[in-house]
Amino acid sequence: MKNASTPLGRFWAEFRENRVAVVALAVVVLLMLLALFAAFVSPQNPYDMANLSLMDSRRPPGFVGSGGYTHLLGTDPQGRDLLSAIFYGLRISIQIGLAAGIVSLSLGTTLGILAAYVGGRVETLIMRAVDLQLSFPAILLALVIVALLGQGKAQLIGALVAAQYAYFARTAYGAAKAERGKDYIEAALATPMSGRLVVLRHLLPNCTPPLIVVATVQIANSISLEATLSFLGLGLPVTEPSLGMLISNGFPYMMSGRYWISFYPGVALIILIVAINLVGDQIRDQFNPRLRK
Amino acid sequence: MSPFLSIDDVSRLFGPNLTTGEKIAAKLGSKVETRSVRAVSDVTLSVRKGETLGLVGESGCGKSTLGRLIAGILPPTTGSVTIDGKPVMEKGTKVTTRVQTVFQDPFASLDPRMKVGDTVAEGPIAHGLTTKGQSRDYVAGWFERVGLDPDWAVRYPHQFSGGQRQRIAIARALAMQPDVLICDEPVASLDVSIQAQIINLFLELTHDLELTCVFISHDLSVVQHVSDRVAVMYLGRIVELGPVNEVFGTPAHPYTSALFGSVPKLVLDADELVHFETIDGEVPSPLSPPSGCYYHPRCPLATELCSGQQPATQGVTELRAVACHHFEQQLAKSTA
Repeated sequence: MKNASTPLGRFWAEFRENRVAVVALAVVVLLMLLALFAAFVSPQNPYDMANLSLMDSRRPPGFVGSGGYTHLLGTDPQGRDLLSAIFYGLRISIQIGLAAGIVSLSLGTTLGILAAYVGGRVETLIMRAVDLQLSFPAILLALVIVALLGQGKAQLIGALVAAQYAYFARTAYGAAKAERGKDYIEAALATPMSGRLVVLRHLLPNCTPPLIVVATVQIANSISLEATLSFLGLGLPVTEPSLGMLISNGFPYMMSGRYWISFYPGVALIILIVAINLVGDQIRDQFNPRLRK
Repeated sequence: MSPFLSIDDVSRLFGPNLTTGEKIAAKLGSKVETRSVRAVSDVTLSVRKGETLGLVGESGCGKSTLGRLIAGILPPTTGSVTIDGKPVMEKGTKVTTRVQTVFQDPFASLDPRMKVGDTVAEGPIAHGLTTKGQSRDYVAGWFERVGLDPDWAVRYPHQFSGGQRQRIAIARALAMQPDVLICDEPVASLDVSIQAQIINLFLELTHDLELTCVFISHDLSVVQHVSDRVAVMYLGRIVELGPVNEVFGTPAHPYTSALFGSVPKLVLDADELVHFETIDGEVPSPLSPPSGCYYHPRCPLATELCSGQQPATQGVTELRAVACHHFEQQLAKSTA
């Protein structure tokens, strides 16, 4: 390691010791790169209707279509090349998962730390609202919000944030409450320094480890929640299919032997979620001193 | 000499933090603790410039709370603390940088995620004692002053030993260029071999920088070594105050006497038998302190007067004060 003395350097040195996690991280990075450069690695632009031919619809893997190239994973009911559709679908799924994860991380952390630092009525108000929300299933809440707001990327992200910020708020609150009582916070306040500065410079950085853990898990959850919503027909428009919608598109043909339309997007989704969760597990284990040998 | 740091009739109550539900439960007759603890009770002290005042007492006697009140970390419930005539806190907010604190546990008082140099530089930058551009040299100066290598400023707290961390904590306090330094058991969590180093550093710095200091400790020998005067606390009250050698030599309060009697000795006189004077019983609960003199249930000299009436603080000599009805009797016993 070039600098094993910084917290990040030590973290990476320890992370590298778990091979499974390193592979999972590589898979996540690879999938993200594929999603990012979908336009360059896909044989076909699945959003361009002019490219699609209904003659090519529901063809099995290995079929050479009217475009003149082999559909390695077959085609979907609109005649899209599934491999291309999966790359583009990954892009949308990751985009939405990340956006929802980052927004709910910021919102939840702000609320949680505010509750823990200010205390009193603010604390009661925020944390009881969070408790109330946590008692509803996330999927139900997201369904209601999408139904109210209508379809679209922003609405979908809004629904996912509304369903997930509470987890971040709880985690941030717990961490901040524990750190708040420590001497270094008191020492900083006694300088004296403004509460705002102490929160930003000392409290927030010391609450990050559990938040990073929750963030990785919640990004995976957002992706699967988005897939669920899309599968139920409440996600994005059909013209921009995410992984969930690809699975949904193929669902009617499952029983007629055309398994690949649902199967391959499903596999892609599973690989993505499992890889993110494996990375998340390793991060969690590293932050949990009780598991340290 | 005029007092520099003055603590006027300061009290601090800690009430239970009741939630709305608990308040309702208490009103309905449920057994919820609603009493307050008087952690510090009517303390008046004055410290001259450049003087070191030792503050001793058993754990839970309120010495740390008093330290926090003086340092402006906690607002007093009643009374006020002033430095050179100016208040330390106004409306519950600390308004001065002239008093700084060195905390007991250097493993908890340094932010584990911040480079120690940044921790030391942070306060001085926020208060304009240095600028961001010059903070490196400024911090290096203080690091050298406390006996640390300035190159270590880029390291994190976990890379240091306890003694080194306490030096960093001292550097952080001193970098604010305070007039008053509160040391809350600064050596209690260190190895004995390190304690001596830190105490010598402390003595050197307070002398060189002409610091006024309040040194809180339960270690009597440490207090004797560093302090000019000493205040003995019991259940939130100051029971005895005076020059350290006089108080330690001839205690005028039975509690002070008992406190010294319970210190184990390493070296005995040739014909001395080991005889421990322990203090009978436990410290009473501060939630329901005894009537009269708080010490009377444990005091060998207690009479009816003691359980009925709280003793006023009275002068023993010009420099000494004690809160005891029978201090003359105790003084005679101590001199004998």
